Amino acid sequence: MGKRVNMEIKKTSLYKLHQDSNAKFVEFAGYKMPIQYSDGIVEEHRFTRNHSGIFDVSHMGQLFINGDDNLIEDLEKIFPLDLKNLELNHSKYSFLMNDEAGIYDDLIITKLEKGFLIILNAACKDNDYKILSKLLDNKYKMVLDEKRSLIAIQGPKSAKILNNIIDGIENLNFMSGDWFLFQDQKIYITRSGYTGEDGFEISLPNQNAEKFTKKLIEKGAKLIGLGARDTLRLEAGLCLYGHELDKDKTPVEANLKWAISKERVLKGNFIGSNIIYKQLTDGVRKIRVGIKPEGKVIAREKTKIFNQSDLHIGEITSGTFGPSINGPVAMGYVENKFSEKNTKVFLEVRGKKHPANICGLPFYKKNYVKGVNK
Amino acid sequence: MSEVKYSKEHEWIKLEGEVATIGITKHATEMLGDIVFTELPEKGSNVEKDGTAGVVESTKAASDVYTPVSGEVVETNQEIVDDPSKINQDPENTAWFFKLKVKDKSEMDSLMNKEDYDKFAKESSS
Repeated sequence: MGKRVNMEIKKTSLYKLHQDSNAKFVEFAGYKMPIQYSDGIVEEHRFTRNHSGIFDVSHMGQLFINGDDNLIEDLEKIFPLDLKNLELNHSKYSFLMNDEAGIYDDLIITKLEKGFLIILNAACKDNDYKILSKLLDNKYKMVLDEKRSLIAIQGPKSAKILNNIIDGIENLNFMSGDWFLFQDQKIYITRSGYTGEDGFEISLPNQNAEKFTKKLIEKGAKLIGLGARDTLRLEAGLCLYGHELDKDKTPVEANLKWAISKERVLKGNFIGSNIIYKQLTDGVRKIRVGIKPEGKVIAREKTKIFNQSDLHIGEITSGTFGPSINGPVAMGYVENKFSEKNTKVFLEVRGKKHPANICGLPFYKKNYVKGVNK
Repeated sequence: MSEVKYSKEHEWIKLEGEVATIGITKHATEMLGDIVFTELPEKGSNVEKDGTAGVVESTKAASDVYTPVSGEVVETNQEIVDDPSKINQDPENTAWFFKLKVKDKSEMDSLMNKEDYDKFAKESSS
């Protein structure tokens, strides 16, 4: 008999609201989450691109670490970031890596007055907590806060809608945040997201989450499920942990070197820095690329990629139908020498090889507000 | 008289003379969600009962379409290839998949009638 796993499925504070909104649920990372509502994935996707979509991402980890300059120094031994120069309330995309620079998780880290807030993937958060506690030697107060919900609002109308409820959010720059008040509770809002649209992520106490979400709905936003979240992020060329990223892939291989501080690589002294330096200097064998099938056939995860000489050169990591592209889109890893844009490749789907081209990312052009690369 | 019958794989089949029209049920489309891609069998090809005779894909996943009876494909519905969302709109009527010249009408006997299928669909989704 195998090990008995007694895992109770968790629900977010918006569960009842999802139910009342006719959500179809799936289990994701131990949570019962809405995959779609009655409108369906395609309509939800389009609504987000054209108006404003609300995403319950409360399953994600909100890790608060308190500490002073020592904490900054210790975190710089972990993350490939220039945290000493990260301004208050500014955010960076980064990675928790192993010694081989394999990715345990991808994350957003934000500088707060008392320390940092790190947003972690739901499926990785407990393991991340263990790894970080050990690396930081339990020197700092670390809270993986289950008492707060996380709600994202994404799409061109989001700033206006949110500003109706929380005055002042329109002044936030992309990848920065601040504290605001909602029903006398402190809520933290960052201008960020995972759809390729302008948007915000709101961290707030669980007891206020439903009221807050209902206000957004009142102002014209709609609940959007994880299904459309996936098609939106894929069109935006954004990675999903467990697909484009895992322990066997490095940030350089994932084509995310923009997220690594050049100064930090030169100085080294963070986990995985030797491998990162080596890969940035000598190149990598495989690399993440965008792949656009020529026809209508959708190439899903694990689809084999061949070159024109029928050589197996890689695999798809995510593939779906992109509603805003009105056709199939995919990302995957190929051998570096076949990663040039416009390289013709073939995707083996149901025994047949279908033509496709390596392409730049994103598939769908971003609509972020100004203030990005400061 | 033409009676519509149903398979456990959620296809419907309507026999008129020698020719059967086959599609997927409304219940199937509700489980699949938005259909965004369809692949149909080649006209003139022969398909075997319970064998694969096409593919439908939603944004989420790909699913095989099986044929509930054997026969030769005499016609396919190009409209649902050009616009797969038609399958969600009218699955049991205009969005049929293919027509077969049926090899053995007795293969229809093992299929469900509407009442039995509705019961089956309800049970299999709960």
